[in-house]
Amino acid sequence: MRHEPCLGSQTDNKEAEPYVGKGAPCARVSPSNAQVEFSGVRMAFGQRVVFRDLSCRFPRGRVSVILGGSGSGKSTLLRLIGGLVRAQAGRIVVDGDEITHRSERQMYAVRRKLGMMFQDGALLDSLTLFDNLAFPLREHTAMTEPEIAAAVREALAAVGLAGIEELLPNQLSGGMVKRASLARAIIMKPVILLCDEPFSGLDPASVRLIETLLVDVNHRLQATMLIVSHHIASTMRIADHVVLLLPDRAVEGSPAELRRTTDRRVAGFLDEDGAPGGARA
Amino acid sequence: MNAIRDLGWAAVRFVADLGRLTRFGAQIGRAALSPRVRARLFVDELFKLGVLSLVIICVCGLAVGMVLSLQGYTTLVRFGAEQSLGAVVGLSLIRELGPVLTALLATGRAGSATTAEIGTMVATEQLDALRMMSVDPIDLVATPRALAMTAAMPLLSALFIVCGLFGGYLVGVGLMGVDPGSYMSSLRSAVDFRDDVLGSLLKALIFGVLVGLIATYRGHTAVPTSAGVGAATTSTVVVASVSVLIFDYFITALWGV
Amino acid sequence: MSRAPVRDLLVGLFVLAGLGAVAYLSLSVGGVSYGGPRHMALYADFDETGGLKPRAQVVIAGVKVGQVASITLDQGYRAHVRVDVDAALKLPIDTTASIMTAGLLGDRYVSLQVGGNDKLLQPGDQITMTESAVVLERVIGKLIYGADRGKSQ
Repeated sequence: MRHEPCLGSQTDNKEAEPYVGKGAPCARVSPSNAQVEFSGVRMAFGQRVVFRDLSCRFPRGRVSVILGGSGSGKSTLLRLIGGLVRAQAGRIVVDGDEITHRSERQMYAVRRKLGMMFQDGALLDSLTLFDNLAFPLREHTAMTEPEIAAAVREALAAVGLAGIEELLPNQLSGGMVKRASLARAIIMKPVILLCDEPFSGLDPASVRLIETLLVDVNHRLQATMLIVSHHIASTMRIADHVVLLLPDRAVEGSPAELRRTTDRRVAGFLDEDGAPGGARA
Repeated sequence: MNAIRDLGWAAVRFVADLGRLTRFGAQIGRAALSPRVRARLFVDELFKLGVLSLVIICVCGLAVGMVLSLQGYTTLVRFGAEQSLGAVVGLSLIRELGPVLTALLATGRAGSATTAEIGTMVATEQLDALRMMSVDPIDLVATPRALAMTAAMPLLSALFIVCGLFGGYLVGVGLMGVDPGSYMSSLRSAVDFRDDVLGSLLKALIFGVLVGLIATYRGHTAVPTSAGVGAATTSTVVVASVSVLIFDYFITALWGV
Repeated sequence: MSRAPVRDLLVGLFVLAGLGAVAYLSLSVGGVSYGGPRHMALYADFDETGGLKPRAQVVIAGVKVGQVASITLDQGYRAHVRVDVDAALKLPIDTTASIMTAGLLGDRYVSLQVGGNDKLLQPGDQITMTESAVVLERVIGKLIYGADRGKSQ
């Protein structure tokens, strides 16, 4: 599916190992092409520590995938980027802006550059599909209603949901909800797209469809994509850069590097769900 | 010793909650004054909270008026004072029963629905989605509902009272044989605009603010599970009802001086 | 541009009904018109008000024409009562103000008997001819006193 090497990785070099974060983020993704960067981030919910000292970088314009077991903090990582939760220590830089200590109101400016696809869609359930997609346009742009209608129909067509815009979210199937959520996330042409478990709860055909759409979006919008998933097979297929959250540290690298690693824990994690393209897919 | 410590912590949590509620109220106030007027949402909420409560309010008002009239008559007739029935029914309704019962009914019907609605939006991440789209959920979700409740309460209270007066008239004049002229004239002479009617509307307005604030706050702070939403809804009904009754005392005491 | 005209109509009707109820309570029941500029103030002093209260009715021939505005104690320890009556009334200066009781045990009110003089009372004038309230205990006391006197004679 994808053959471009990760920025700065040496796929020719057979000895290249994935980068194991030890307090500093991945050296191979240089600061200049890291669109999102975590440095020494510590995050806890009350007594439960999620990240002790997280450092990683997400390359600009590429598809990055965040893997990890349940409770490893994958979704929390996305929420930290969106400012929905706050870290206790460390630095988080999003597209050049440090957001670690921003107030809620200041975050609104940063969020204009972000688009988020929620696990269960999070569509506004009292609005039709059309109104859901039109919502951000009506709130933040001065587009006229005919212009908005055209943009909405175009977005729906791009995700394969044309013609059903008058339906309510509770009338849509799981796969349709995910596609609608993706359409809404990209309708404002975000610079960074965050996807929380885009493949969860879908049948294999729908999973392939979402994979295709995500790659297509990455190509068309040149948006940086951060995908959180535990669906190893799909994510390894489309990822340029992988961040694996293990209980005590983060492991970064290209999919090829991670597959070739000699670290037992990483290999064990990747093998749990079967080899890429194996039984689970 | 543990019981005292727990009591202390409970008191601290209560005060902290009160502080959060006040800050939430301030945010609603700021959003209400913002230039972006969400008229469509306000009208929609006014429909859901006001129009859809009309039946229950009018029926209960009628019933309360009828009962007041019945009870009042049996007591007054013992002193030969049954011609003052209109005053008794009217003053009871206008001063106390109208605003308080309307607020309690509205809490049960509209307040709980509001909390459940907003709580469900929290549980399905819709409020987070709004934040990620750079829209303040307090501005879009809480403020129209709180404002609609504040606006609707005095109107509902007035309608409750009018239905009650009518019910009282039906029973007193129609059933118990009180002279219609006496009923209306004793009502008119006993009720003063400034002390009674204005105080009644003020109470209803304050209750509207209270119920609107508590219902939206509990919805926003609901634990995002189905049990959490249920607990938040119950909490709204309990807290709002108790607050209404407590505030009723203080408003009556302060206004009636 | 409304996408739910029926709903808007119902909300409008609801608001109208509510405001109508408020208006009814204020004007018809609450008597808002009294206290407006169309009243005139008159004063009367009584030895005994017998429990007359502010906002009690002021009537002429049984018809309400105003209400008692305030009752205070003057220098000579008499009750100085101010009544607000309909400004359109033409009351001669020898009008009498009496404090009556509605029924046997009912509320006190002020009844005005119109006199015959040509000169009229102006706003702020004093009604000079007054009859204080009849207090039941005094009447009974007089009866007993009179009966005692009769017996002793």
